[in-house]
Amino acid sequence: MASDAPLLELEKVSKKFGPVQALDRVDFAVRAGEVVALVGDNGAGKSTLVKAIAGIHEADEGKIRFEGNEVKIGKPQDAVELGIATVYQDLALCDNLDVVANLFLGREEISPGPGQLSRQLDEADMEHQTSDLLSNLAVTIPSLRSEVGTLSGGQRQQVAVARSLLGEPKVVLLDEPTAALGVAQTAQVLSLIRRLRERDLGVVVISHNLADVFEVADRIFVLRLGRAGGEFDAQQTTEEHVVGAITGASSEGKADRADEAEIEAEREER
Amino acid sequence: MTETVQSAEGKAAEGGERDGRRETLRRIVQGDLASLRVVIGLALIWAIFQFENDRFLSAENLTNLMLQITAVGLISVGIVFVLLLGEIDLSVGAVSGLAAAVMAVLNVQHAWSPYLAIAAAVVVGLAIGVLQGFLFSHFGVPSFVVTLAGLLAWQGALLQVLGSTGSINLTDPKITGLANTFYSDAVGWVFAAIAIAGYGAVLAIGYKRRRDAGLDAQSPTGLIVRFVAVAVVVIVAIVVLNSDRGLPLALLILMGFVVGMEYVVKMTRFGRHVFAVGGNAEAARRAGISVNGIRVAVFGIAGTMAAIGGILAASRLLAVNQNSGGNELLLLAIAGPVIAGTSLFGGRGSVWTALLGALVIGSISNGMDLLALSSAVKFMVTGGVLLLAVLVDAVARNQRQASGRV
Repeated sequence: MASDAPLLELEKVSKKFGPVQALDRVDFAVRAGEVVALVGDNGAGKSTLVKAIAGIHEADEGKIRFEGNEVKIGKPQDAVELGIATVYQDLALCDNLDVVANLFLGREEISPGPGQLSRQLDEADMEHQTSDLLSNLAVTIPSLRSEVGTLSGGQRQQVAVARSLLGEPKVVLLDEPTAALGVAQTAQVLSLIRRLRERDLGVVVISHNLADVFEVADRIFVLRLGRAGGEFDAQQTTEEHVVGAITGASSEGKADRADEAEIEAEREER
Repeated sequence: MTETVQSAEGKAAEGGERDGRRETLRRIVQGDLASLRVVIGLALIWAIFQFENDRFLSAENLTNLMLQITAVGLISVGIVFVLLLGEIDLSVGAVSGLAAAVMAVLNVQHAWSPYLAIAAAVVVGLAIGVLQGFLFSHFGVPSFVVTLAGLLAWQGALLQVLGSTGSINLTDPKITGLANTFYSDAVGWVFAAIAIAGYGAVLAIGYKRRRDAGLDAQSPTGLIVRFVAVAVVVIVAIVVLNSDRGLPLALLILMGFVVGMEYVVKMTRFGRHVFAVGGNAEAARRAGISVNGIRVAVFGIAGTMAAIGGILAASRLLAVNQNSGGNELLLLAIAGPVIAGTSLFGGRGSVWTALLGALVIGSISNGMDLLALSSAVKFMVTGGVLLLAVLVDAVARNQRQASGRV
């Protein structure tokens, strides 16, 4: 399904925070129509990598290529203009506004005609677009005019993802999209991620939950202590291998690995 | 936590009509339909005072009531914007006094034309608001402190501007006319017709737009009910006003600002951004909204509306003195919108609450004057009403949070 040329490609990207080498010559790529899971222990550099792509922290060294061209992503706006959308863990929704208002926050449609002078909102148009987009994504929300604060965690996550699509991005970065969600809501969000793939977007998912990762990802990219810790085809690997790569236990004895897996499982439960 | 989930599921499981009615009740209590709650409260207040003194609902007294609430109502319009951000502006009373003094000094002592003097007063209010908004947003000083300093400083400036006389009488008919002009019956009806036709047109255009865009339109019955209700209120108001001195210009000014600012708040991009900043400033910032710009603009609006309220108050008093903008004006201007349902916590409210709140507070004050109650009682009752309103706001907020509606 995925095309061969990478949509977004990082080459030997490094980032230092003071004495801490957060990213050390990491190569990373995502293709159109592909879901790449970014996994790793706390402090492994997952967030730093995503922030480098999203333009929040510019990488110190290395190259970023987008659609084959070398680009510089120095601020969030650069990433947005290239077509890279980011959905952060805290979603950044306004709970007091309805679904339509949140989707169009900061890029509201303005009425044609005399209303233009006062920047009058074109509510009908925005609601129409929202309804089209959400039904395209098969996202069901009771009412587009209900306040986002009244929605469930899964619905809020879906609204946040849908919002990121309004700018017609080519790559979507999702930070822990299933954290703190129940089973049914997680399933909704995962199927939404699959529909992003069907739309031929490149999707990067940060997740702690390996069960979710195996359910949705095509490729699993492991970061360990700021370095690339291994890359796995989700179809041809097992959870054990990935956990081994995350903990750095892959070359060690089986008993150790089991211990680590237990720790990982505990973390998931939390 | 589990309990909430269960009760939510239980609620969802309940079916049909009972659920709908319960939903309506919940919305009244939790604040979505706060204005309905206030209208019921207002009707109750009017009924009680009318029962105690049958002159309360006379045309003359109701006209007086309208004139009494204009200044507070206009200041409250600006306060609504500040409250929507979840901030507070304690300087609006002092700013209203200072702006009125600037107008009086320029017009009376420097013989400026009344229009220029009024414009200068409004600019003073705008400049003060922008300055306070800038200090608040760019240096991160709490708005409470910035405007508290303003309250003191602008009160001092008022004394300075008034000079040794301490009081300036207004004589220019253009200025005194603002609060003392009444239109003939025919003009009153023309405005009523414009208001009703305008409201009908807005509803019809909104309905047509939604239908053309292929969205579920609201039921036409609901729209007709709303239209008829508004039309009846406007017609009754004009009948009452016409049977006394006529439609006051001051009321027209207040209504103009309320309707205009409600449009800004609810229908424009700026208003949407005000709600967004009040709801979640970080989300607004990430969405590319200039949060500081919105904050400065909102405080600018508050200062401007304070100045306009001060001008109307001076026009009604026919003078500006050291007490202008003092006393309880500030507190009533903030209390009004809160009583009528604009949240102190930001992100919820409407400009109508400025009018409704001023009506509630004005009615209580006016009614107690009619009953010749002492100031002591008046203050205690007004304080009690404010406390009650804030409690209702806080309870509504807690219930929203308990049911997962932050």
